[in-house]
Amino acid sequence: MSELKLNPYFGQYGGMFVPQLLVPALKQLEQAFVDALQDPAFDAEFQQLLTEYAGRPTPLTLCRNLSPNPLVKIYMKREDLLHGGAHKTNQVLGQALLTKRMGKKEVIAETGAGQHGVATALACALLGLKCRIYMGAKDIERQQPNVFRMKLMGATVIPVTAGSGTLKDAVNEAMRDWSASYDTSHYMLGTAAGPHPFPTIVREFQKMIGEESKQQILKAEGKLPDAVIACVGGGSNAIGIFADFIKEDGVRLIGVEPGGKGINTHQHGAALSTGSYGILHGAFTAIMQTSDGQIEESYSVSAGLDYPAVGPQHTHLQQTGRAEYVAINDDEALAAFQHLAMAEGIIPALESSHALAHALKMAAEATEPMVLLVNLSGRGDKDLSHVHSILTEQAAEQATEQATADDATTSKKGAH
Amino acid sequence: MQRYQQMFARLSEQKRGAFVPFVTVGDPGPELSFEIIKTLIDGGADALELGIPFSDPIADGPTIQNANLRAMKAGVTPGISFEIIRKIREYNADIPIGLLLYSNLVMARGLDTFYSQAAAAGVDSVLIADVPLHESKMFRQAAMAHNIAPIYIVPPNVDDDDLRAIASYGRGYTYLLSRAGVTGAETKAAMPTAELIARIKAYNPAPPLLGFGISTPAQVTDAIASGAAGAICGSAIVKILEQNLEQPDKLLSELKTFIEQMKAAS
Repeated sequence: MSELKLNPYFGQYGGMFVPQLLVPALKQLEQAFVDALQDPAFDAEFQQLLTEYAGRPTPLTLCRNLSPNPLVKIYMKREDLLHGGAHKTNQVLGQALLTKRMGKKEVIAETGAGQHGVATALACALLGLKCRIYMGAKDIERQQPNVFRMKLMGATVIPVTAGSGTLKDAVNEAMRDWSASYDTSHYMLGTAAGPHPFPTIVREFQKMIGEESKQQILKAEGKLPDAVIACVGGGSNAIGIFADFIKEDGVRLIGVEPGGKGINTHQHGAALSTGSYGILHGAFTAIMQTSDGQIEESYSVSAGLDYPAVGPQHTHLQQTGRAEYVAINDDEALAAFQHLAMAEGIIPALESSHALAHALKMAAEATEPMVLLVNLSGRGDKDLSHVHSILTEQAAEQATEQATADDATTSKKGAH
Repeated sequence: MQRYQQMFARLSEQKRGAFVPFVTVGDPGPELSFEIIKTLIDGGADALELGIPFSDPIADGPTIQNANLRAMKAGVTPGISFEIIRKIREYNADIPIGLLLYSNLVMARGLDTFYSQAAAAGVDSVLIADVPLHESKMFRQAAMAHNIAPIYIVPPNVDDDDLRAIASYGRGYTYLLSRAGVTGAETKAAMPTAELIARIKAYNPAPPLLGFGISTPAQVTDAIASGAAGAICGSAIVKILEQNLEQPDKLLSELKTFIEQMKAAS
């Protein structure tokens, strides 16, 4: 049994729970990754793409009007300004270079909100790779603009109708494809989850978010932030901004999971908040499951957080107490989405709105000066029509309620 | 797990190979599933390979995915699956019964509980589709503690180090993958060369059964001719179920004919 080059576990979480057939493909990827990290030419090309193509470094913005409390400063790391509209672009450039290094010409990817799909499509267009992207049928419906973006950049988008028709099922389908095509295709997994070596590769290719923000906030404040806050679906933007702060004991790391309609309902995607562990998509980690071990369908207003598991390093960070994980529900995220637009003229992704909503909660409760660093992982263009229809529906419901209340008042008056 | 040794000894005396059908337990519902599995035995199956329904079967193609969904929709849990298997074991005391399932169903019960329930139901082997050699130690130990054979998969891209380990850890039989990809009759089995099977046998593993994409009697004959100890057939059988969901009698009679033909080719 040939040995792995890197530790596939974070504490007891992680691992490589895949069919035996896929093990050589994962080992090949691990080898390519280890070699690439030693190769200055790889790093030079990656850095050049990040700078000249994607637009790094991204700015750090101090909110002028958002904070509800003068004691609290809220800084946002502006991954929304990255080419592609979200942090996803960072790591796909790295993985696309690895794909070429392995001599593969095709890429398979899964996508939830479509952000990873768009990122994959752009990297493949840029680097001459052919790509096919699995996307849940339900997600295709709620993320039409991203589907069009992917197609414009030459990707084939394959709808997945199996199961719940969301990200979980798209991952299943991508893994099935890969188990037949690993000789010629690279599976470009989009988050810091899945089997080893993906959680490690994705973190390494996202950790510049934290490295840059640390330097930027030190320059602005002369000290580290009190807390770093990021949303967690699979957990790539969160691990990206956390990574360089893990060793800074004084900095709280806070991951914000999608609370959906409330974590006491079945309609949420907060795997870490529910405290149940098992194996999904190749890793032993926090997952949403029944007592028999069937995977439950997750739910979130934000497609990008709609996933019933989380990357294994987050589970480890939670277990060791180094990071805290909280849940923000749909309504709170929608309020933060609108609040940022009104206060700062920035429309955030619904995913990132979860992180913002928690920062706003912390700010409202603060009694001492506090500096918060929020990862604004993506922009909200893709969510406009979805949010528009939700807000329109809410307004209509309120109008109906008002009319009913008016009627009740009128008929009462009439009875007198 | 001694039932596998007895089966292979008997077949070797007869100079025949094993024919092993697969179905998902509880598909399309608990009662009919029991009749279906009985029919597999009556049709001449040498051993049984039974899936436990799971929500996310990543190693399975559409046919077996749908079998999982039908069984789950019919309310079939791992507990109900074990009850059905117990009844099958009462029906036939000698046939080797193998489980093929996904790791989270084992994890959710706890390894020791899972294997002890499997043993109590009369199971002889367990193959976990998403546990490769690297991650197999704790599962193997729990299996052995309950006298259940841990089954290992040998994919076409196997290297010699892995072959050596599989030969030393595996019991019962060795699952030889005919090809890459997921389960399904859509992509035909690629017959491994006699050289590949000879290379595998040189490590003296548990007898290799060839699976994935086996759907015709001729393929069963070819598999055995190239040195495999037998063949496993799943999706082609599940398709017979899928096409006759509304006509249970026709389902069972077509199934029996198919199993008899496949067995005759072994």
